[in-house]
Amino acid sequence: MQDILFYVFAGLALICGFLVVANPFSRSPVTSAMFLVLTIVCLAGLFVLLHAFFLAAVQVLVYAGAVMVLFLFVIMLLDLKVEERRKLKVFSMVGGLISSGAILFIFLHHLLRAPLGEPATLPAEGGTIPLGKLLFTQYLLPFEAVSIVLLVAMVGVVLLSKKDLK
Amino acid sequence: MNVGLAHYLVVSIILFCLGVLGVMTRRNLLVIYMSLELMLNAANLALAAFSRFNGNLDGQVFVFFVITVAAAEVAVGLALIVALYRHRQTAQVDDLTTMKL
Repeated sequence: MQDILFYVFAGLALICGFLVVANPFSRSPVTSAMFLVLTIVCLAGLFVLLHAFFLAAVQVLVYAGAVMVLFLFVIMLLDLKVEERRKLKVFSMVGGLISSGAILFIFLHHLLRAPLGEPATLPAEGGTIPLGKLLFTQYLLPFEAVSIVLLVAMVGVVLLSKKDLK
Repeated sequence: MNVGLAHYLVVSIILFCLGVLGVMTRRNLLVIYMSLELMLNAANLALAAFSRFNGNLDGQVFVFFVITVAAAEVAVGLALIVALYRHRQTAQVDDLTTMKL
């Protein structure tokens, strides 16, 4: 059952990911954003299969909720006209295919040769309680640092969106 | 065949490569930004898989931090795009050639 679910979620995530990048039917950023939401939800499903329940919840709440709403908000704000079909630059197309193909080749090559070893006898369970314990003991300093990062980002955004940006 | 670490890693690698392809080929700033998010998500999936199959939770804590920082990054990046749009009335990378020789 879990294996079937893995293949369903993984296949959907890959298809939707492809449609984010290269949708043959529509070049509008809104379609890309919607397919990105679908990809993120599929990845949340994969997180559940990995027993990372807290991460799955955060993935849906923060990514599919907050971040993608922000994306859609900016797309609507800019009111981009339907993108006229610009000619795909051959150079960037070839460059993109070569670079992503090279990365794919290198990763798969090493994955096939590397001994992955046996999975742990006691796989990790990522519920809220163990994750929270870890977060507030061993990782307390990075946790606080992240709060400062969020504060700095907020101040930066307020400053950047002022009308008279010099 | 049982689904193991390798399966998750292959999915993560393919998603990452799709993100790279999007960054290299698309011309719209917002779509490029979405491709970046795709790459971050691929890395998150790999981290969560490693964490599960190694039997410790450090990887999941790292994914948590990645998600938080990505949210901050998206906010700042989109504010930059909006500021840029106000100055140039465009969101296409082709039109931003000020630094080109």
